[in-house]
Amino acid sequence: MAGAAVLERLTPRVPVTWRVATVRAVVDETPTARTLVLDVPGWPGHVAGQHVDVRLTAEDGYQAQRSYSIASGPEDPGLAITVQVVPGGEVSPYLAGEARPGDELELRGPIGGFFAWRVADGGPLLLVGGGSGLAPLMAMLRHRRAQASTVEARLLASVRGPADALYRAELDALGPREGLRVAWTYTRERPAGWTGFTGRVDAGMLAAVAPPPEAAPRCFVCGPTPFVETVADLLVRAGHDPRAVHAERFGPTGS
Amino acid sequence: MPPISRGFQGRRRTDVDPARIPPGQYLTPDFPVLSAGPTPRTPPDAWTFSIDGAIDEPRRWTWAELLALPQETVTVDIHCVTKWSKLDTEWTGVSLDTLLDGVETAAEHVVAWSDGGYTTNLPLEDVTGGRAWIAHTYDGEPLAPEHGGPARLLVPHLYFWKSAKWVRGITLSVEDRPGFWEGYGYHNHGDPWREQRYWSD
Ligand SMILES: Cc1cc2nc3c(=O)[nH]c(=O)nc-3n(C[C@H](O)[C@H](O)[C@H](O)COP(=O)(O)OP(=O)(O)OC[C@H]3O[C@@H](n4cnc5c(N)ncnc54)[C@H](O)[C@@H]3O)c2cc1C
Repeated sequence: MAGAAVLERLTPRVPVTWRVATVRAVVDETPTARTLVLDVPGWPGHVAGQHVDVRLTAEDGYQAQRSYSIASGPEDPGLAITVQVVPGGEVSPYLAGEARPGDELELRGPIGGFFAWRVADGGPLLLVGGGSGLAPLMAMLRHRRAQASTVEARLLASVRGPADALYRAELDALGPREGLRVAWTYTRERPAGWTGFTGRVDAGMLAAVAPPPEAAPRCFVCGPTPFVETVADLLVRAGHDPRAVHAERFGPTGS
Repeated sequence: MPPISRGFQGRRRTDVDPARIPPGQYLTPDFPVLSAGPTPRTPPDAWTFSIDGAIDEPRRWTWAELLALPQETVTVDIHCVTKWSKLDTEWTGVSLDTLLDGVETAAEHVVAWSDGGYTTNLPLEDVTGGRAWIAHTYDGEPLAPEHGGPARLLVPHLYFWKSAKWVRGITLSVEDRPGFWEGYGYHNHGDPWREQRYWSD
């Protein structure tokens, strides 16, 4: 895993305190996922891939906290998170349904530093995201664009159907195209006339998309836990160095 | 005063004693998995557990030797820094007191190290006195690889990242050195009751 010099660089020693954030804009990404663009006075900046803790407070003082990946690049104005509704969930239906511009919530971060990438870290990059797991990978690609980097980057995005294809239009238009390839797989429902991948990510798909193990790509895999388990295992079995496989698991066992 | 989140109701649990839930935590019925890399899969016959560092004679056990030691079954509450807590989890394993029995050391700290390169640091006094185990059985079944099997450190009174999955040994040390997450800004000690999540907490 990463050496001490890298740790220092990725861990700005600004205290991780709660800050009041104001919702500047909401963007409906899919019928069940929404991006909140937040103004966070005093935000110390972040590295693509890091996350924040969000805290909500009810009128009687009751509080709930959850983690959300930062979807915006470090260069973007405003800090964006993309929240996928988990039916029956305590926090996600509120953030993705109720919150509107002008609302305030508390947030702290940036948190993490292993699942993080800067242009200066170099490539090639292999990004594999499932559902809302695309959020921190999007931050990396937005950072790559803002830096006009041509580092080789491959994204494999796994979504249920066309309606769930987070950031699809932006990814289609993303530059610089040089070195960038984006592939989608639709696990349940495919777009009309689709000739690309369908079904869950498997060894064949990864072999077609990923730079070969000899190219030593930095791999970032993010999404629901079973998705990340499967993809990380496949990458190791395909010969990728386990230490180069960075995983962000969004939590539930999904059993 | 934190801002009120307009229209936020929250989901208050009425079926559990709130005194069992540390600040900022919520209860989950399932067992989420959070780890930074792929899941290592070391078969028990290739597994050993070592105690090294500030110790005259390093100690080492094979899987069979570990299982031959006195076993303890404990029911404990666990708390993950990503906010979930799980109550009444049942584990079987060997107490660190058993493994450290008779050790003379000047060390006040330990670093637990694991397959896959993971490390975490703890004060020695947090892993002695009946507060830490090398656990190989969860809920009566062999511990699954994604939860740290064949064996993980279990230190339930600290956030669960201190309970190193896939543990292979501890190094006794005089100096305190940050482990993996501690180096990325997580708290050095990690007491959930004091909400010690990040270094500045
Ligand atoms: C580091 C990190 C980064 C994260 N980044 C994001 C992000 O960018 N976008 C995002 O939408 N989420 C992200 N999550 C997940 C997020 O923190 C919450 O867990 C999620 O929003 C559900 O919270 P909730 O309060 O709505 O549901 P809860 O009330 O916590 O859960 C309700 C029920 O749904 C189940 N459940 C919870 N989460 C999921 C899930 N993801 N899939 C299926 N079932 C689930 C629970 O087990 C429970 O039974 C991240 C998690 C972590 C640890």
